[in-house]
Amino acid sequence: MADLSQREARRVSRVRWMLLAPALVLLVFAASGPLLITLVYSFLTAGDYGGVEWSLSSDAWFNVFMQRDIFDDTLGFSDAHLSIFWRSVKLSLMTTLACIFFGFPTAYFIATRPKKQRDFWMLLIIIPFWTNLLIRTFAIVELIRNEGTVNTVLMALGVIDEPIQMLYTEFSIAVGMVYVYLPLMVLPLYASMERLDFSLVEAGYDLYATRLKVLRRVILPLVKPGVIAGSILVFVPSLGAYVTPRVLGGGNQLMLGNLIELQFGQGRNWPLGAALSITLLAIVMVALLTYVRAVGNEEVKHG
Amino acid sequence: MAEQKGFNIRRQTGFATLAVACFVLLYLPILLLVAYSFNSGSSIAIWEGFSWRWYQSAWENELVQEATVRSLVIAVWASLISTTVAVLAALATTRTRKFRGQGAVFAMINQPLMVPEIVTAVALLIFFAMIKVATGYSGLLYLVIAHSAFCIPFAYLPIRARLQGMDLSLEQAAADLYATPFQAFRRITLPQLWPGILAGAMLAFVISLDDVVITEFVKSAGQDTLPTYMLGQLRRVITPEINAISTVLIGISVTMVIGFTLLSKIRN
Repeated sequence: MADLSQREARRVSRVRWMLLAPALVLLVFAASGPLLITLVYSFLTAGDYGGVEWSLSSDAWFNVFMQRDIFDDTLGFSDAHLSIFWRSVKLSLMTTLACIFFGFPTAYFIATRPKKQRDFWMLLIIIPFWTNLLIRTFAIVELIRNEGTVNTVLMALGVIDEPIQMLYTEFSIAVGMVYVYLPLMVLPLYASMERLDFSLVEAGYDLYATRLKVLRRVILPLVKPGVIAGSILVFVPSLGAYVTPRVLGGGNQLMLGNLIELQFGQGRNWPLGAALSITLLAIVMVALLTYVRAVGNEEVKHG
Repeated sequence: MAEQKGFNIRRQTGFATLAVACFVLLYLPILLLVAYSFNSGSSIAIWEGFSWRWYQSAWENELVQEATVRSLVIAVWASLISTTVAVLAALATTRTRKFRGQGAVFAMINQPLMVPEIVTAVALLIFFAMIKVATGYSGLLYLVIAHSAFCIPFAYLPIRARLQGMDLSLEQAAADLYATPFQAFRRITLPQLWPGILAGAMLAFVISLDDVVITEFVKSAGQDTLPTYMLGQLRRVITPEINAISTVLIGISVTMVIGFTLLSKIRN
């Protein structure tokens, strides 16, 4: 009998892996495999015209944050890279905060609509999310460029005489990222607010709390997992953003994604590009792990 | 609180205003972009009257024609391949006890969702460059494979959700009546799973059609898709032709999303 069930278990396992094989082969070939090769590349020597030479070198990793002075050969931090890292983190944090500012009331508004209307409002959030990111970025360009809608209207009204330069600044990148990533904040916030038990809110008012106090002491702690999830969902793609800073930053305001691309174009330093990519990946993984921890702790506390 | 007539415990001061502002801000730029695709002048900010002029000029633009065909070919193949392998993977990983290597399998399937797109793009650039040198082949297959891979989680999730919600008793009844596993799958599971498969395929199609970053890094010279063509046009003078192409793509996305929403509502 034991033999039979063992054979059955082995058969089930074999069928399972056969069913999984096509997906795993495709993913190894075009996702995880190339990632490992990228890690290897980060330890190689840059070729003169792009590509690599197959000799080990730690130059790429050294150059992620440091540089050697061309004239006196002294070591120093790479100001250019550090300022790009700093800009990426700063803009991503600003984007996350702005998304909370707009997304929180919006999710709350949808969650407090009558049940039948909520799906419709959520559809309005989901549609832009599934609309091409490049097109949405492009819509912002047309809005804020010098001859764009905002400047044209303001000049026609006589508010300004000359167009305000908004495009190709850090401001325009931040606006664009808030615009494209806002739905990612609203989705998890709404999911946690929909389950909000309003009898607790009522209890708060019965105990003479003000609206602000109810928001701060009752609602906010209850939807905290949603806020954390939304923040991670916005922060992670912002940090790795490539299209939005390229289109709205116009080559002057580089972010990490653009710095990485540069190494494969004009920079012709593939190992450095690989090392920067792995660095970005590491930061993202730390953010994701922090999130898993935070949500896990919340569940233990409330569970 | 009874004496305060109409006190709404759900209300928060200023929230409705901010929410309305949020919806206006979300839609105003897209609506303006769509509106100016019908502008008879060549400005994207000054309205000069209605015309189909830019749609016609996009239609007759050979580069746009080629990019459109290429985009569609890649998206159709990518959604077919990713949906097929996702159905098999979902059958293997849903409604089963925990198995060895389960964590690793989920991590691999979800990798395209967690790893920043630019990192995947660079990794594929490096890997495919090696293959291109070794084989000399530089056709569309690289883009099809890359797209198929990153579409897998998008196809997998709705199919898995559908499978999890399905009733086991029918399949058990089929097995009791001596149906082979394949017969049971074809006659019982597949017909119930159909809406999930279709939803997954539609998501994969939209994701592939909209991809910019990975395509930009993987494509060889002269392999522009519609999004990379548009990205390339940004350096030039912008005409409403771009708006016209965008409007068509938005139309496809909106149709797919609404179709997807309706499909997910079909009950088992």
